[in-house]
Amino acid sequence: MTELPDGSRLSFGAEEFVFVELTEHMSLSGALRIQAITDALAELDIDGVVDICPSNASYMLRVDPDRCDPRSLREPILAQHRRFVDTTDVVLDTEILEVPIFYNDPWSTETAMRFRDRHQSRTETDLEYISRINGFESTGDFVVAHSGNPFIVTFMCFVPGNAESMQLVPDTMQLEAPKYVRPRTDTPERALGHGGAFATIYPARGAGGYQLVGRAATPVFDLAQRLPDFADDPVLARAGMIVKYRPIDQDEYEAVRTDVERGTYRYRRVPVEFGLAAFFDDPLAYNASLLDELSHA
Amino acid sequence: MLDVVDPGVQTLVQDLGRRGYFAIGLPPSGPMDYLSHHVANALVGNDPAAATLESVFVGPTLHFRRDTVVAVTGATVDLRIDGVSMPCWTTLPVRAGQVLTVGPALEGSRSYVAVRGGIGTPLVMGSRSTYLPSAIGGVDGRELRVDDVLPCANQFGPSPRLGYVVDGALRPSMNTRQEIRIVLGLCSYRFTDVSIEKMLSSDFSVGVEANRVGYRLSGPPLEFIDRQAPFGAGADPSNVVDLGYPVGSIQVPGGQELICLLRDGVTGGGYATIGTVIGVDIDALAQMKAPDTVRLVAVDVDEAVAARRARDRTVSEIYRSAMLS
Repeated sequence: MTELPDGSRLSFGAEEFVFVELTEHMSLSGALRIQAITDALAELDIDGVVDICPSNASYMLRVDPDRCDPRSLREPILAQHRRFVDTTDVVLDTEILEVPIFYNDPWSTETAMRFRDRHQSRTETDLEYISRINGFESTGDFVVAHSGNPFIVTFMCFVPGNAESMQLVPDTMQLEAPKYVRPRTDTPERALGHGGAFATIYPARGAGGYQLVGRAATPVFDLAQRLPDFADDPVLARAGMIVKYRPIDQDEYEAVRTDVERGTYRYRRVPVEFGLAAFFDDPLAYNASLLDELSHA
Repeated sequence: MLDVVDPGVQTLVQDLGRRGYFAIGLPPSGPMDYLSHHVANALVGNDPAAATLESVFVGPTLHFRRDTVVAVTGATVDLRIDGVSMPCWTTLPVRAGQVLTVGPALEGSRSYVAVRGGIGTPLVMGSRSTYLPSAIGGVDGRELRVDDVLPCANQFGPSPRLGYVVDGALRPSMNTRQEIRIVLGLCSYRFTDVSIEKMLSSDFSVGVEANRVGYRLSGPPLEFIDRQAPFGAGADPSNVVDLGYPVGSIQVPGGQELICLLRDGVTGGGYATIGTVIGVDIDALAQMKAPDTVRLVAVDVDEAVAARRARDRTVSEIYRSAMLS
């Protein structure tokens, strides 16, 4: 293991992986610096680098050891760390995308209540619990906070399509919740969960530990690539994508489901530049301008 | 075309696996034991990219509709064609109508069946490899079932020499006690020096939860260096801010046992990792099972690369000597 001049730790996952950990803690600016560094490494198109995997406070490169010695990546890595030493310079070429969410939906609530023996609260729903511990008077106020400002995808992991995302708000507005004491063995497909400071939409039915607050009407993983938004890639999100949740009621949920099943649904999305300096200068005003661009998509 | 008369245990189509999807949470998959998979392809004269059938403990029974050439490598199994005992690691002709039975593993865990031309199930995201957790690849993303019909591909290499046998010295060890080489790193700084020393000087036993996702190895508990939990990591000393897991990486939830992630390992999560099994020794682990014994040995990247080159040379040598000259 070696320490880079900026304090990052670099080590090798045997002959096939390079692992770089920038910090031990999570921060929005750190995550965005990682996006910038890994985007730049991808642009170098180094022969033998087969996967570039940004994460929350670290990243990995996977190589084909027959074509690339992982140790040869130290120099290009150092160069990108020097180039993006000050995260305020970072401007990401990304996009903002809107996902319709039925908050407080019956399916997620039913599932959550089946696993109360694994939860911090025996009586409340997950939504009631997360609203209370974050100091909201009502679940409705929590939904306003959760859906009012967009999130940015910081780590695609666990299963295809799963996109851990952090909300683009000042630290004092971050919504936090512990994961279940013991994970559930079931979660509805497309459930919207929140755990730690992260939100994610479960791509498929299965186990999970995030607090369930709603359900997306639209898929985030489509292996059959049936919907137009999945024509190029069965996975909707990528690291650095900005995601805005739009609250919908049950009638609209059913209507969107019909469009999805017909194969006609199109996501509202638009390419945007995300400048970290401008964002930190006035996060809420910056978000408002992003949402304005989305509304004209 | 071949018919699945009996699927065996978790028989899966595997080729060299997927590249370029790790960052969306999709691990590479591919054969657990690369050497055995490559040699099976070499014996039947397949392109190295061809797909084979991987089974664990008990292999499949297959009915052939056409004359072809087959080879079975990996675990030492009771192998028969129409009930007649046949050698493993050997290029074998089969006639249309004959039945190949890959019986229980006598030594080792995983066997590989190669058929001339390769298994021809569809490519999904660039590979025929089966990834069960997301039902991707192979036959509808699942293990083989009775009455499945498998197409053959046309991924031919050089013509094979019937009856060619791989020298015993070139076959992998099926010992129930193995030294497994690891490169220390990743979050190893989270562990006390005493714990790392203890990990490298203790026996670990392979647990019953040992599959393509990962192997549990139980031995002495490991201890973490005290720290204030960083923002986003979680309260347990073994928690870290969610990060990527290399294939072969070893994590230590709660310090209680080692979990070594393998070809279908999850791509990331929130437990501190201590090091990574070198590629060649994932092959060795793949042939181990509960309650076999593992001793971990720390090596550097040089040795990991050198071991891989040596495996590549072995495969090339077998390709050269197995072909019809």
